[in-house]
Amino acid sequence: MSDVLDRPDIGHNAGDDLKVVGTRPIRPDGADKVTGRAAFGADFNMPGQLVGKVLRSPHAHARIVSIDAKKARALPGVKAIVTGADFPNLADEFHEGGEAASNLRDLAMNVMARDKALYDGHAVAAVAATSSAVADEALALITVVYEVLPHVQEVEAAMAQDAPLLHGRMFTEGLEARPDKPSNIAKRNRIARGDLDAGFAAADVIVEGRYTTQAVHQGYIEPHACVASWAADGQCSVWSSSQGQFMVRTYCAKVLGLEISNIRVTPAEIGGGFGGKTTVYLEPLALALSRQSGHPVKMVMTRDEVFRATGPTSGSVMYVRLGAKTDGTITAADVELKYQAGAFPGSPVGAGSMTALACYHIPNFRITGWDVVTNTPKVAAYRAPGAPISAFAVECAVDDLALKLGMDPIALREKNAVRDGMKASYGPTFQNIGYVETLEAIKTSPHYQIPLGPNQGRGVAVGFWFNVGGESTAALHVGEDGTAVVVTGNPDIGGSRASMAMMAAEALGIGVEKVRPIVADTASIGFSMLTGGSRTTFATGMAVVQAAEKVVAELKRRAALIWEVSADHVAWREGVAHCLDPAKTDKPPLSLEAIAAQSARTGGPISAQVSLNAQGAGPGFAAHICDVEIDPETGGVTVLRYTAAQDVGKAIHPAYVEGQIQGGVAQGVGWALNEEYIFDRDGKMENAGFLDYRVPVASDLPMIDAIMVEVPNPRHPFGAKGVGEVPIVPPLAAVANAVRAATGVRMCDLPLSPPKIRAVLDAKEG
Amino acid sequence: MSKQHVSTIVNGDPVEFLADPGMTLLDALRDELDLTGSKEGCGSGDCGACSVILDGRLVCSCLVLAPEAEGRRVETIEGLAHGSELHPLQQKFLEHAALQCGFCTPGLLMASKALLDVNPDPTESEARYWLAGNLCRCTGYDKIIRAVMDAAAELRQERV
Amino acid sequence: MAHVIAPSDCRQFTGGLAEFDVEADTVRRLISAMEARFPGLGDYVDRRMAIAIDGEIHQDAWSSPIGPDSEIYLIPKIGGG
Repeated sequence: MSDVLDRPDIGHNAGDDLKVVGTRPIRPDGADKVTGRAAFGADFNMPGQLVGKVLRSPHAHARIVSIDAKKARALPGVKAIVTGADFPNLADEFHEGGEAASNLRDLAMNVMARDKALYDGHAVAAVAATSSAVADEALALITVVYEVLPHVQEVEAAMAQDAPLLHGRMFTEGLEARPDKPSNIAKRNRIARGDLDAGFAAADVIVEGRYTTQAVHQGYIEPHACVASWAADGQCSVWSSSQGQFMVRTYCAKVLGLEISNIRVTPAEIGGGFGGKTTVYLEPLALALSRQSGHPVKMVMTRDEVFRATGPTSGSVMYVRLGAKTDGTITAADVELKYQAGAFPGSPVGAGSMTALACYHIPNFRITGWDVVTNTPKVAAYRAPGAPISAFAVECAVDDLALKLGMDPIALREKNAVRDGMKASYGPTFQNIGYVETLEAIKTSPHYQIPLGPNQGRGVAVGFWFNVGGESTAALHVGEDGTAVVVTGNPDIGGSRASMAMMAAEALGIGVEKVRPIVADTASIGFSMLTGGSRTTFATGMAVVQAAEKVVAELKRRAALIWEVSADHVAWREGVAHCLDPAKTDKPPLSLEAIAAQSARTGGPISAQVSLNAQGAGPGFAAHICDVEIDPETGGVTVLRYTAAQDVGKAIHPAYVEGQIQGGVAQGVGWALNEEYIFDRDGKMENAGFLDYRVPVASDLPMIDAIMVEVPNPRHPFGAKGVGEVPIVPPLAAVANAVRAATGVRMCDLPLSPPKIRAVLDAKEG
Repeated sequence: MSKQHVSTIVNGDPVEFLADPGMTLLDALRDELDLTGSKEGCGSGDCGACSVILDGRLVCSCLVLAPEAEGRRVETIEGLAHGSELHPLQQKFLEHAALQCGFCTPGLLMASKALLDVNPDPTESEARYWLAGNLCRCTGYDKIIRAVMDAAAELRQERV
Repeated sequence: MAHVIAPSDCRQFTGGLAEFDVEADTVRRLISAMEARFPGLGDYVDRRMAIAIDGEIHQDAWSSPIGPDSEIYLIPKIGGG
């Protein structure tokens, strides 16, 4: 099915004559969510289920010499034990199991270690038992002999000549010549344009800096949880909290050597993901335990396990050098990014490189990215993966440039802003972008005019994310009473199912309360790429609208049958068929309800399904302002005000678009001020809980003003662009630039926690 | 150690169950009484997803041992609505889009109810500090606070 | 002729060549043409890269049309969180 639309009467082509899209109806899953009825991952149970638990390496780097589970197996109540030996060895294979190619062999080895434990928390065995207490006892009875190896975690240390190697046969890809010695550097990427030396030579002013960030976690409040059942005939079912039931199906099939049709995955409601649930940790283990035991197995992670053994995002070391003329024209940029990948290759340094300068039109630049393995958990996607990190470094450098030039930071960005028709730093030419509009929005916002007091500072930063399209399926079924159900395969993380119902209702011309959205399991709806990449409203929405259009065409055909006129004498307006045949003026209009009531006689059920691979997703831009106040006694930072302007294309449900913006900002603020993985000298995480891994709480934040700029994406029926990820890109630097303004000192190492700020204030006083 | 028999009142109804020695009230609610509305986010009292009201006091049920509920009154999210009539807090959360994934919502609603029970007219700051024990990773708290303030206003009107 | 710009990733197949012209009117034909001219490149692009056609990003889209003077950028596949 094509993703290109050709309808003059709907959407942005209709000139904003929209009845449902753009309004704020109550979400259809709301009642269950506010009454505690909605079923999340750990809320589901199967009769006869066992409890599954994981034994995890206490060492950051160790060879697994032997695993002796005899005593554990003998414990009454223990029904199954699996280790790496129970999983097939996979060849190196990249697979489209979701939205990004992932190396399945690495994924399988991350789910269950083979010959080496590569981080504190790496799974080395799993048990299934009749109760939690028995499972815990069994874990304690498994004897693992480790040969502890030197570990390395900091990224530049991992790149050093003499660093302990995680994988003996890793030779850096992407260099001019293949190195003759293995290292921890999986890959180098480079993007360049123009003549860097000439660019710097032409500059009147140069700024440079070295910036560092620490590993941070997505911080979803719901730990990973699943229930899996491997039946005696090899058919499997999985209930799982994840961002993509089809992704879970694919990965489980690959890791366990199953046929796709033999696994049915039902998505639970998901308690947050942000990219962290775009892969699997427990599901293959639960299935393997179920196979061995002959019972369903339920597995729920503890918070400690979530921090130690799922996928945070990369820590980094970055270098930025910018050159500009006195009028503010940036003539050259040199950016080097070194990202931690964790135990296996695959940091988001590629995306970090492509987005680093995306907001700027710079004729001469070079961006170099290094993907480096470290003895830390294998990183997983975290909201605009890679982009917030590189944006932190670049936006701080741009801010320093503005200071050195004596220019307003927004004006400097406007001077060098990308616009339609310009080539992006990562290659393609921009069209239908709304970047300068976001700069204009913050420049003219009331926030920007508010005067600041002592110990206060204001910071500005901008950000970019691609957003993706991809494969989606939607089905629309009309009931005998004229109400409809729209079925998709995308877990609803932030309210997207409401938007599906709204778009279907708009296309059908009926009220949104007459369309119920369902998120279905893998057997009940066609394939859909997972929920992530800010794709659902764009791509799945496109499929929904096309399905609705097919239904409308069918409704018109049925009306024609009922009236005995030709199909082109039927018009569909606001949920009602109108007879246009001049010879039959006695035909009153037929409502959807009336046509549905006759569906059996006119041809059968009225239903449509559309599968597509949506292309042309529009990128997102954002511009943020942050005001902070420093407490000189404690070094604590209070965020006083925050305004975020973003190009959203078209806000289908404005409240949920605002929600995405506000939520992304909050995560970015936490990343800037407090969040970090702290490891001890043995490479073990010291703060694997919410007490010491400090995410923002209600009293840390002010109201967050979201300004939605709408420059429609013509590829989407209603002009929508993805919105979920861009909001987390600017805040790291917006906060850091505000702190710089408040303290007078540029701090380059995140998080800007109170002890660090106190040290800066002490140095100033001293 | 054998299990302990516990009799308690949950959402106005007398219930009883058998508790393992280390069982928390949260585990008892979820696993013994099938009241899965209260959630476990951390198990250590840091996230508030398990918030319930025990004898009128807001607690993290993951930090209460199940036998401690003996003879006491427990209020959970399942008892907040009046039959099928939503509590104003629940209604305002929906109207203000104060939830995205919804996982923290039960705990937040119970914590908000506890707030309005003792302080029917909180300032924004008072609401934020009271709710600081309930983590939300999705919303940034903006719409949650608006919903709580709006519900407070509506409840004050109803009492008048 | 479509004008193709290849990033550093791809130059191992093109012998260092960063830009070249190819005759193709769909993405699928572009991939075969690139594979024929630079063995390994077509396959690599098909599996690991997205294709920006005149500024618009296409990913896994064999039938996407390419115009006679299209500008084609090869970029790594984009994921998200």
